Amino acid sequence: MAAKRVIVIGGGVSGMQAAITLKKQGMTPLLIEKDINLGGKLCRWDRLFPSQTPAKEVVESLVGQISELGIRTLLCCEVSEIARNEGKIEVSTTDGNSYEAEAVIIASGFDLFNATRKEEYGYKIYPNVITSVDLEEMFKEGRVVCADGKAPRSVAFLHCVGSRDRQVGNCHCSRVCCITGVKQAMEIKELYPDCNVYNFYMDMRMFGSGYEELYTKAQEKYRINFIRGRISECSGTIDSGVRIKAEDTLAGRPLKLTVDMLVLLVGKQAPALNAKFASELGITVSPDGFLKGMDCFENATRTSVEGVFVAGTATGPKNVGESMSEAVKAAMDVSEYINTLS
Amino acid sequence: MKRSSWEKYQKTIPDDNFYYARSCIRQNFFPGSEAAFLKILKDDLGVDVFDDAKHTSCTGIGYHSDIVPLETIMTVVARQFSLMNEAGYKNMVSSCITSFGLYTEILSMWHHFPELEEKTHDNLKKATGRDFVKPECVVHSSDLIFHFRDRIAAKAKKKLVNSVTGRPLKVVEHIGCHYAKIFPTAGIGGSEFPYVLAGMVESWGGEVVDYPERRHCCGFGFRNYLVQANRGAPVANSRQKLESMAPYKPDFIVANCPGCTMFLDKWQYAIQQMEGVTYGADGHGIPVLSYEEMAGLVLGYDPWDLGMQMHQVSVEPLLMKLDIDYDESHKFLGNNGKYISRPTDCGL
Repeated sequence: MAAKRVIVIGGGVSGMQAAITLKKQGMTPLLIEKDINLGGKLCRWDRLFPSQTPAKEVVESLVGQISELGIRTLLCCEVSEIARNEGKIEVSTTDGNSYEAEAVIIASGFDLFNATRKEEYGYKIYPNVITSVDLEEMFKEGRVVCADGKAPRSVAFLHCVGSRDRQVGNCHCSRVCCITGVKQAMEIKELYPDCNVYNFYMDMRMFGSGYEELYTKAQEKYRINFIRGRISECSGTIDSGVRIKAEDTLAGRPLKLTVDMLVLLVGKQAPALNAKFASELGITVSPDGFLKGMDCFENATRTSVEGVFVAGTATGPKNVGESMSEAVKAAMDVSEYINTLS
Repeated sequence: MKRSSWEKYQKTIPDDNFYYARSCIRQNFFPGSEAAFLKILKDDLGVDVFDDAKHTSCTGIGYHSDIVPLETIMTVVARQFSLMNEAGYKNMVSSCITSFGLYTEILSMWHHFPELEEKTHDNLKKATGRDFVKPECVVHSSDLIFHFRDRIAAKAKKKLVNSVTGRPLKVVEHIGCHYAKIFPTAGIGGSEFPYVLAGMVESWGGEVVDYPERRHCCGFGFRNYLVQANRGAPVANSRQKLESMAPYKPDFIVANCPGCTMFLDKWQYAIQQMEGVTYGADGHGIPVLSYEEMAGLVLGYDPWDLGMQMHQVSVEPLLMKLDIDYDESHKFLGNNGKYISRPTDCGL
């Protein structure tokens, strides 16, 4: 019997993991990635919580396996259309080609919230207001400095930027920002032990293994100030600092604080592509815009459309480990589905 | 400050056909501003704008002080619209930020709760025998000056440039809270980085100063200042702004709200009297201008015709920077050449 072809849309960690598992199951995956490299958003990341594993290690391991297993990969290739015809999945790409397969795994990931939409924080207006992604890139380059090239003496983190915010249409929790804020705050303290670090949060959602311990360590060992309250507005100061107005809801009073750098912990949101997949294939999306599996349990990676599977953050915010585990599950479900065809 | 975000917030501003609703208080504090607005629009720009003696206060001060109920103010606003219909105009331009905010808010309420509009029709009919049609467009008068800023720049006699150094004047712009903080889409540039005054300043050669308390309220907040015992709060708010902007050494402040313009000007006197503190150069205050006065100076109007002798903070240092030729002996002479008295000289 000829190996069955499965198209995997998205070359991030879940897409790569799904393709690897499919290949090991004896199928022929075709991995389609819109960027020039595999790895997705992890390519911009330095270290991963809670173990501080370099993101590069995870990406390189997966890319190495893709190469070793000889998995066909299309880079710089965007999906223009996807359809299900006579039991087959047909995927067309913007370069004019089309590919047919028995099944497809949509692992198209997430979009980062565009922080300029929260105008009150002044992202892209005040040079020392940056996002968690910008900071991670600085960590990666090994140079965390203010716009004037000087080391920051005080840094504030703002949690939930573009998450749990009805005003911007994102009611969902992005889940990983809390622990990212803790991780990055600790990394700042490691780089600059004398730097004052503040985290402004609504709730600290330490859901993962080892997260709570990290949060405790951040307070007890690194002396990071966790302030429960939202920042209402930011302004530039005459020496290029950032003036913050906030509310400390535990103390029950407003506060003003001037810091050298403000980091906005931007959330994950459903990619615009999801709506296209949903309308072309007839699969359903959640109210938050993420793709919906058949249920939240054993059929979470199957969709209401036969032959169409989902994995990773295409279905909602997840950490790297969860995305990879779900990718394995999706590949196993595909394998089971294809076996029923033959 | 890079502020491209303002481009997202555009609103329709017609070119012509406006019914002008004056402010209750501006003519007391900045008596030449509304006249200058009408002169600029009619004489310099050829815009059809109707100044109607029949309209009343919008009663916003009473409304925001919990004296005038919502139904009443809706009926008063409906009467203004009715007068606009009667005069044959379809767009309303409001001189006051509070009125502008109220018109916008009431139109929004009527949109979302049509039964309120129906009730207002009934109330107006019963009270005055009138009916009304809503305006096609409601704008603030600073919107119009912004809208025509390039045409004004083309006719400019002066630029907002220091005539000695050749450098742009540093200008603090202060936007009234009711301009866009209620409905960000109702204002040019939205509520966080409004551009309505900044656009004028930049078009006329000046440089806008951003400072930490830029968005902060001047402290006018009706109930605060109406109750004498509460007046410490308004002064404290204005002081907070003045303290915050002073390190940037602004050449002047421009505001688009009657209350803000008055408070930022008059409180400088109060603070100087209470604390002996001044915020401008050489022990002087920072001059505070309305946008019409700023436009008038750019167009070459006489500062005393613009009513600038009525400011608490002297404008002469600014006039000298702009190299404006003014006659000191005419400062306190009225239109008929009669001495009109002068405000307390506090050295500001």
